[in-house]
Amino acid sequence: MTTTAVSHAVSPAPRRFRFGPLWLAAPGLAFLAVFFLVPVARLMGLSLEDADTGALTMAHYARIFDTDVYFRVLLITFRIAALTTLFSLLFGYPLAYWLARLPEHRRGTMILLVMVPFWTSYLVKSFAWVIVLGRTGVINQIGMGTGLLSEPLELLHNEFGVMVGMVHAMTPLAVLTMLPVMTGIDRRLTQASGTLGATPAKGFWLVYFPLSLPGAAAAGLLTFISSLGFFIVPALLGGRQQTMLAQLIIVQVQEILNWAFAGALAALMLTTALVTCWLYDRVFGLSSLSGEPSDGKSGRKGVLRGLGLAVLDALAGVSSAVSTGANRVLGQAVSTRMLAFYCALMFAFLMLPTLVVLPIGFTSSQFLEFPPPGYGLDWFRTYFTSDLWVAATIRSFGVAFATAIVATAIGGFAALALARSNSRWRGLIFALFLAPMIVPRIVIAVGLFYLFAQMGLVATDVGLVIGHTVLALPFAFVAIAAVLKSYDWRLDQAAATLGANRVQALRFVTVPLIKSGLTAAFLFAFITSFDELTVAIFVSGGVKTTLPKQMWDDMILQLNPTLAAVSVVVFIVVTTLLLAAERLRRSSQA
Amino acid sequence: MLAKPDQANQPKLLVDGLAKSYGPAVALKPTHLAVEPGEFLTLLGPSGSGKTTLLQMVSGLVAPTQGRLFIDGRDETQTPVHKRDIGLVFQHYALFPHLTVAENIGFPLKMRGLSSADIQKQVAGALEMVQLGHLAGRFPRELSGGQQQRVALARCFVYKPAIILMDEPLGALDKKLREHMQFEIKDLHRKTGATIIYVTHDQEEALALSDRICLMNHARVEQIGPPHEIYARPRTAFAADFIGISNIFRGRVECGADGATHLATASGRLRIDGDNLANDAEMALVVRPEHIELGSAGENEVRGNVAEIVYAGSETRLLVEVAADERVTVRVLPGKPLPKLGENITLSWKPEAAVLVTP
Repeated sequence: MTTTAVSHAVSPAPRRFRFGPLWLAAPGLAFLAVFFLVPVARLMGLSLEDADTGALTMAHYARIFDTDVYFRVLLITFRIAALTTLFSLLFGYPLAYWLARLPEHRRGTMILLVMVPFWTSYLVKSFAWVIVLGRTGVINQIGMGTGLLSEPLELLHNEFGVMVGMVHAMTPLAVLTMLPVMTGIDRRLTQASGTLGATPAKGFWLVYFPLSLPGAAAAGLLTFISSLGFFIVPALLGGRQQTMLAQLIIVQVQEILNWAFAGALAALMLTTALVTCWLYDRVFGLSSLSGEPSDGKSGRKGVLRGLGLAVLDALAGVSSAVSTGANRVLGQAVSTRMLAFYCALMFAFLMLPTLVVLPIGFTSSQFLEFPPPGYGLDWFRTYFTSDLWVAATIRSFGVAFATAIVATAIGGFAALALARSNSRWRGLIFALFLAPMIVPRIVIAVGLFYLFAQMGLVATDVGLVIGHTVLALPFAFVAIAAVLKSYDWRLDQAAATLGANRVQALRFVTVPLIKSGLTAAFLFAFITSFDELTVAIFVSGGVKTTLPKQMWDDMILQLNPTLAAVSVVVFIVVTTLLLAAERLRRSSQA
Repeated sequence: MLAKPDQANQPKLLVDGLAKSYGPAVALKPTHLAVEPGEFLTLLGPSGSGKTTLLQMVSGLVAPTQGRLFIDGRDETQTPVHKRDIGLVFQHYALFPHLTVAENIGFPLKMRGLSSADIQKQVAGALEMVQLGHLAGRFPRELSGGQQQRVALARCFVYKPAIILMDEPLGALDKKLREHMQFEIKDLHRKTGATIIYVTHDQEEALALSDRICLMNHARVEQIGPPHEIYARPRTAFAADFIGISNIFRGRVECGADGATHLATASGRLRIDGDNLANDAEMALVVRPEHIELGSAGENEVRGNVAEIVYAGSETRLLVEVAADERVTVRVLPGKPLPKLGENITLSWKPEAAVLVTP
């Protein structure tokens, strides 16, 4: 048997080396290797070296755990990140659920109310909360004015302020991450559970919820990792007690120049992020991150699954009883509107703080008062006549434009390569292009700073463009990959049979058809760079600052109405580009 | 013990003037329908004819705009879907992907609060019924299309609902498998005696499965009756055209002075029978291909050129052009002599083989 099988086997034809599609990813791979993998690895290496002798040492790590102050920062960081994740999921889940059940065209509109806060600069959002929560802020003034409060509440520079800012910053991310999984759940499954005798509450817990779990978990993963590396919100809204790991890293690098210790802190952050990713992959599979319906691991058999089903059974029983009771007390009409009402409140929470900033940009007052005592364009005049602000604005536009072009080109070729390739390396390369989204920005930024210091790229526009491209690449890559997913490759075959070579097919058939995806990628990359702060803090030195860096410096030093005027401009630029990108993305899918 | 007469004659399902509209768009005009216990009724019609809307209102997934609905004589119009004692087999099965085959089938029993021992027993029985006992622990995605369909059927039959609704359940299967599953569904129906309402747009499926067919068109019932009746005695040109192959001659009624009535069509004057026909009324005459003979043999004759000869295995079909843009299909059984392409031939049929319908 075996011998015949072997003798009949066709010997493979001698294979000529072919320029396979995967080569198109080569520029991106090289770029990420030099400006992402190497700097991060180098930073990790630094953390194990003795600064003077270069010998291997664990001293820097020991110092973190031995020094009470540092260890406390570590615990606070985990605590804030975990709480942020918890609340973002709790607040975000019903909102995503509601959005997922809307008819498609209405969802397209309502989702903008999440997209706009998602892309709004963290600086603008934090600035908004300072105005809302401050001692003389909106809430305290309303409270005092109406006599509800006898003395102003302390809402800022404590854990409450940080949590409000963090949850506000992270809920859009959570919603947008779990939404694709939820919209992918077949509506007929809940209908089926109804025809089989399940009350709506039971149908939700026994059918919908378990199917939405991979999405919720993906949202938890991304919120946790992003929160770990956060510094803008705790720095502006928190007090000394809420210092987080990223702030500590910034101090170590900028003020103390202790690279090795900063490396050790970054390594801890990165390890936590990667371990969380690994755990997620073990339970759900990383593919659910891209919104694909869970199959494979989520349906695993075993103790965990049995336990999960038992918990859901219990939840289903309880909530079915509760909702039956609630329906009886409140009436069916009221209980069905509760969710819509809740979502209206959430949209208000997400949108309103930013909208408070807009009128303040036009205030006539010297102070950040709300509502403004009068209106004028004084602060815009200050903004546009300040050389520093104007130069920063121009630089931000220039850097963002260059970043968008580079990221779209590199990401476009990489997406093309992966869409056409069946190589076993595909999954790994895909993961690499998404990795800058997973690795905390502060880790990338510090790693790049170290590299740029050696290459002489600190305080140069080139350095900024490179750094921003690393961060923007995943967004551009995903935007183009999404369009290519629905692209009909037979059109390229048709072009080939009609006499087009590969380049011609790409130029005259593929590119025109995925144009909207390319433009969306360009715009997302532009926005990413335009309000990027982390890399800018380190790389844009001296007078050569970007707009977010200049805002950050001002905010740390002294809050003033010019910031509101700048915020208005940033908000309008980003929102306009976002709406354009969304419009294009949608028209390409229609 | 004698059942009360009104209960004995009670239909399983009574649809009393049920209607649905979405704003100005009418999905179903007021409809009356009675389904007897144990009956297999098919809702047949093209897409947009209102058959799925009717099914969804019976299931409770869609609320009617007007009308009422009775199951076993109880008014169930306002009953929410999960409290209605109905089963629905979805077009794409709607199996829960996170539950195993056995858990899927056990789901309705669990919702009804059965003990786990009872659930286990009944699930095993249901799996036995659809011959899937060996796949109880699998997940739906690990099954073939036909197996998924059987699980969906078992999940529906296992709790013995008062009425089982099936929404084009075989639509996603290929032709061979579809025909096989038709037999299985018919077999299940015979074994369980369930009342089944089946939606399809496939007329062959409807003819093969149903006790009665409810033919729907333009959001209303066009004709209702046993398959052979609908086939042999269509009441409208639509019914004749939708089920089987029909030759339809449209024209105007001419009542002769001698009492003989004719239909003036593009293919000539055709003799028709019928009382109370208004002169000049627009009517249509339906003649099935198997009732048309080659050659002259009766009062009704048409002439035309053979435009196409289609070989179909068990028979050969001739397409004869009897007037401009009007072709008649004729069935010729194997062994009979065939005319040549382009030949001018005479076709005829017995008057009783033709059915007069409204156009």
